[in-house]
Amino acid sequence: MLQRIYDWIDDRIDITPIWRDIADHEVPEHVNPGHHFSAFVYCFGGLTFFTVVIQILSGMFLTMYYVPDIVNAHASVEYLQSEVAFGMIVRGMHHWGASVVIVMMFLHTLRVFFTGSYKKPREINWVVGVLIFFVILALGLTGYLLPWDMKAYFATQVTLEIVASVPVVGDTLETLIAGGEVIGAQTLTRFFAIHVFFLPGALLGLIAVHFIMIRRQGISGPL
Amino acid sequence: MSEKNHNVSRRQFLTYTLMGVGGFMGAAMVMPMVRFAVDPILQADAAGDMNELTALSDLTEEPQAFSLTYEVEDGWVTQTMEDTVWAYLSGDEVVALSPTCTHLGCTVNFGGDENNPDQFFCPCHFGRFEIDGTNVPGTPPTEPLHRYDTEIRDGVIYVGRPQPQQ
Ligand code: HEM
Ligand code: FES
Repeated sequence: MLQRIYDWIDDRIDITPIWRDIADHEVPEHVNPGHHFSAFVYCFGGLTFFTVVIQILSGMFLTMYYVPDIVNAHASVEYLQSEVAFGMIVRGMHHWGASVVIVMMFLHTLRVFFTGSYKKPREINWVVGVLIFFVILALGLTGYLLPWDMKAYFATQVTLEIVASVPVVGDTLETLIAGGEVIGAQTLTRFFAIHVFFLPGALLGLIAVHFIMIRRQGISGPL
Repeated sequence: MSEKNHNVSRRQFLTYTLMGVGGFMGAAMVMPMVRFAVDPILQADAAGDMNELTALSDLTEEPQAFSLTYEVEDGWVTQTMEDTVWAYLSGDEVVALSPTCTHLGCTVNFGGDENNPDQFFCPCHFGRFEIDGTNVPGTPPTEPLHRYDTEIRDGVIYVGRPQPQQ
């Protein structure tokens, strides 16, 4: 049945070459843990992507209940966690996942570093990787404010103090990021917009570039 | 083991196991999120609390619009809702009707049509209802106006939620 649906579509719009081009590529022996167990270090990039997908999915679902408003934010998080079925699990996925992404990304970076994979011709992808690193750190930072509890509030106070310590433009920058003179309603909506729209958009764009370059250049050779 | 003479080839075996395990892991990941999303349809409806409408002595034989305020638990907030209830006395019986038109949900008015001063009238598609809520044949609504359960305690009328008639 499935095969026939597939054939019907393929007959008309020839989709086989599309997925072949994406999925059909060689996995060299030196990156295959089946051959050398130590090659599992090559999995960390994929694991980073996997956790990013989990973050995006669980985040989208959290947004069904979460409101970025100082009066209701904390109550909505408490409600979705304690009243909604599986709320604890979905929030838990996002909460712990946020740390797992950073750990995976760090391990991936270490693998790239110690296999020397950042060297010519892959310098540009290292730069893109560093941008991804910053975007993910910023996601963690902006997301941290959203539950609007004490920890969130005081962590953001520290963030803003750090921003304010930038020479010359520090104070202006602080007002820009906080959306005003205090950490309040406008800070929360700003962080929400950045966390949920701007950064995920940037992240997906960068990841696409990252993957396209990997397909063009192939995985780096054995040590 | 040779690749030949097996009912299930190595490739097929791997495909099945990987799809099985992958499907299981995928489901374990997606199931909590889907259950989370559909929670509102699985939560029990709020029980029909009775809310104070007005004093029994306010009612006449002629339907009058009374405003009904009641509280609704809406996720993390408690909302105060305000509905309009058309109530009158039919002999000793209290009749309390919802003004939501049973055609497409506009709001009806008693005596809203000059030509039918004893009926409820809906301005959207000229739907009409008799005083007891029965829909007038030949107008768009297909069922009577919904009616509130009522209860009288110490001369005060309490109403629940509107229910379909018949
Ligand atoms: C790599 C990507 C992401 C990271 C690292 C990340 C990180 C975080 C962190 C650390 C929190 C605070 C959680 C807590 O303290 O419990 C948070 C909250 C939140 N995030 Fe994300 N996030 C990511 C992507 C997304 C996306 C794509 C969306 C939506 C489309 C999203 C929506 C939310 C929402 C609504 C909250 C508030 C609810 C809550 O605190 O439980 N996140 N995020
Ligand atoms: S909505 Fe009342 S007649 Fe159509």
